[in-house]
Amino acid sequence: MYRLLLCFRYLRTRYIALASIISVTLGVATLIVVNSVMSGFSAEMHERLHGLASDILVECHASGGMPDPEGHLAEIKRIVGDDLEGASVSVHVPSMLGIDFNGQLITRHVNLVGIDAATYDKVSQFGRYLIHPENQKQVDFNLRETGFAESREGFPASGWHYRRARVSYERALAEEQARVEAINREAEKLSSGKPPQRTGDAPSAGQEAVAGLIEDDQDSEAENAFAAAGPTMGGFLPPELGGGQGAAEAAVFDPATEQYPGIILGISTCSNKLRDDSGNVRDHYYCRPGDDIRMMFPSASENPKVLNQKFTVVDLYESGMSEYDSTFAFVRLDQLQDLRGMIDPVTGVRSVTTIQLKLVEGANLNAVRDALRDRFPPDTFAYSIQTWRDMQGPLLAAVRLETTILNILLFLIIAVAGFGILATFFMIVVEKTRDIGTLKALGASGGGVMSIFLSYGLLLGIVGSGVGLVGGIAFVHHINEIAGVIEKITGQEVFDPTVYYFTEIPTILNPFTLAWVMAGAVAIATTASVLPAMRAARMHPVTALRFE
Amino acid sequence: MNPLLEARGICKSYYKNKIELPVLRGVDVAFQHGEVSALVGRSGSGKSTLMHLLATLDQPDAGEVWFGGQRVDNLSRRQRDEYRNRQIGIIFQFYHLLPELSALENVLTPAMISRSVLGYCRDRKALTLRAEAMLDRVGLLDRKTHKPAEMSGGEMQRVAIARSLMSEPELLLADEPTGNLDTETGESILQLLRQLNTEDDLTIVMITHDETIAERADRCYRMQDGLLVDRFTVEPAEETFTPRARVVA
Repeated sequence: MYRLLLCFRYLRTRYIALASIISVTLGVATLIVVNSVMSGFSAEMHERLHGLASDILVECHASGGMPDPEGHLAEIKRIVGDDLEGASVSVHVPSMLGIDFNGQLITRHVNLVGIDAATYDKVSQFGRYLIHPENQKQVDFNLRETGFAESREGFPASGWHYRRARVSYERALAEEQARVEAINREAEKLSSGKPPQRTGDAPSAGQEAVAGLIEDDQDSEAENAFAAAGPTMGGFLPPELGGGQGAAEAAVFDPATEQYPGIILGISTCSNKLRDDSGNVRDHYYCRPGDDIRMMFPSASENPKVLNQKFTVVDLYESGMSEYDSTFAFVRLDQLQDLRGMIDPVTGVRSVTTIQLKLVEGANLNAVRDALRDRFPPDTFAYSIQTWRDMQGPLLAAVRLETTILNILLFLIIAVAGFGILATFFMIVVEKTRDIGTLKALGASGGGVMSIFLSYGLLLGIVGSGVGLVGGIAFVHHINEIAGVIEKITGQEVFDPTVYYFTEIPTILNPFTLAWVMAGAVAIATTASVLPAMRAARMHPVTALRFE
Repeated sequence: MNPLLEARGICKSYYKNKIELPVLRGVDVAFQHGEVSALVGRSGSGKSTLMHLLATLDQPDAGEVWFGGQRVDNLSRRQRDEYRNRQIGIIFQFYHLLPELSALENVLTPAMISRSVLGYCRDRKALTLRAEAMLDRVGLLDRKTHKPAEMSGGEMQRVAIARSLMSEPELLLADEPTGNLDTETGESILQLLRQLNTEDDLTIVMITHDETIAERADRCYRMQDGLLVDRFTVEPAEETFTPRARVVA
């Protein structure tokens, strides 16, 4: 009993020991914060990586793809059995994206994916990352009227509404230009010596009306050039694909009511994150839903030719993973197959390049992958069969390694704190020498005296790591506010949204982690008190009583 | 009649730099039940060492310590702890109260030491009552919540006496109980001890270097260079120090 009483009293009266335990508190709090941020980070990353990639990906590297996808699917179903939850076929083809912006051609290398909208959503969380709320529910490659990302600040007007306004503006502008040119020609014919009238001096009523609808003034110039020049890229493309096609289309195609095949672009392929003068991150869009863009990609024939096809952007795709957002563009599978000529002229069977599989929850991905590799050995089939973890292996491993190293480092900090406790306890034992002698004179055993200091160490460990636990959890709960405050004070952005995938710091508090951090810290504090406690227990009562 | 506490041929040496320094060189002494005995001697005469050996805080190199007809110096560690806790009470020159505990808690310490947490909780009421009775006995019941730092030397010594009485010992070992107090306060402590002796029949062995204090004991032993050189019984009628019934030890 005296042990408990005394160690509680020591706890209340020895502030030096509390000071030594602060390092344990800080260590525990830091461990909790680091672990929850790291696990939040990696969980978020896992989710996003996994969200886009299906569980298992069977890729065919041949340009023409794998013939008879139905047969392949049946064979895969036979091998995988009940573990298979869903499957989707698609065509992946490297391609070049061309966006006309301010009269300049912006090109990007993208991975053009032809997807089967009905099944693709089953194998990955594709729809979830589209910015139109209706498309999130059901992907549609037809342009929607309006309602793109209404909650997003600074997102330009998009959809049919915008497309019609843009087209009528372009037309009015073209008419006005034609009129001005006609007047100028008249004027030259008359050769009265007056300077030709400029377009900008007399804007027509129609031009003013539509200008209001188009928010981005810079864009109007681009579209002006776009509309006026028609297929601007025609010049450097094979004549049968470029100019000819463009000229034929121009005759019949009415952009105000019609659209090209729909395409969904990764948001980073057509936008740029930049900071404005006040330091806020702004998105700048080169094109938006409703605009037309060009894709150039090889045909599937044995002598591949470059195909040049116009598409209408119908939605943007933002997963938060820059790797995906900056390299993917999605179109309809059947349209891409038609364009690339991936249909067997005899049988009419359409070939694909990729089969994506979704397995049931808890299925052993590696076992399924190995079974598929056995069936489609790489020396016979030019297939690469990978799980999503294989594809993102280095990234996931790096995050795991970082977490492990941070944990080791922080535990070393707590261990250093342990040595602080050791020193402090030795001091306390020396200070309490006479009391130890008194207790022994009153009949306390060596073990009893030892347990005073052991339980004191245990108590300090519990108090220290308990405070650390509460502090750490509180910190994690308010981490975004705290980051904001630090930003204000230092002027340095803690969590730079142009660098990271997330705008907020993701955190996950894992009860198991909390438990072992607590247990570890308490164990270190108790271990540090063992040596001083043993010294106290071994102290000779006569020496202790005589101690001055 | 058997003596309550007896030392037989006690030898004890300390070693300093491998040189043997004999402190006790064969001490034979017996303390009778119900007597107040005093051990006088100059500092370094070995009287404190003798008391530590009697209290089994240390072990003799040779010789035996007997308490109530049982040899105690060769008991196991646990039994010696129990002997100190239950059979005897000890008070010190510097009181040795625990500074973190209140007067009442200090008095309760021996009871806490002898009991487990559960056992103590079960007997808590009775023990607290007894501790309060002991504090009342030494006249400090109203100071029970005070910490040692808030008390005077005499008060602290009274609390220490109350503590030593907590486990109802038959024998009280007092190491210079008044050594750190002024004459008046020391006097009141001595009176208290005498009162305990007469009322409770408590056997007291007191160590002192002060001859006048030693005089007031029933029996007095003089120590010199590790030997008991003198033993005399003080006659109550005598005013001055004139050893009459002198018996060579």
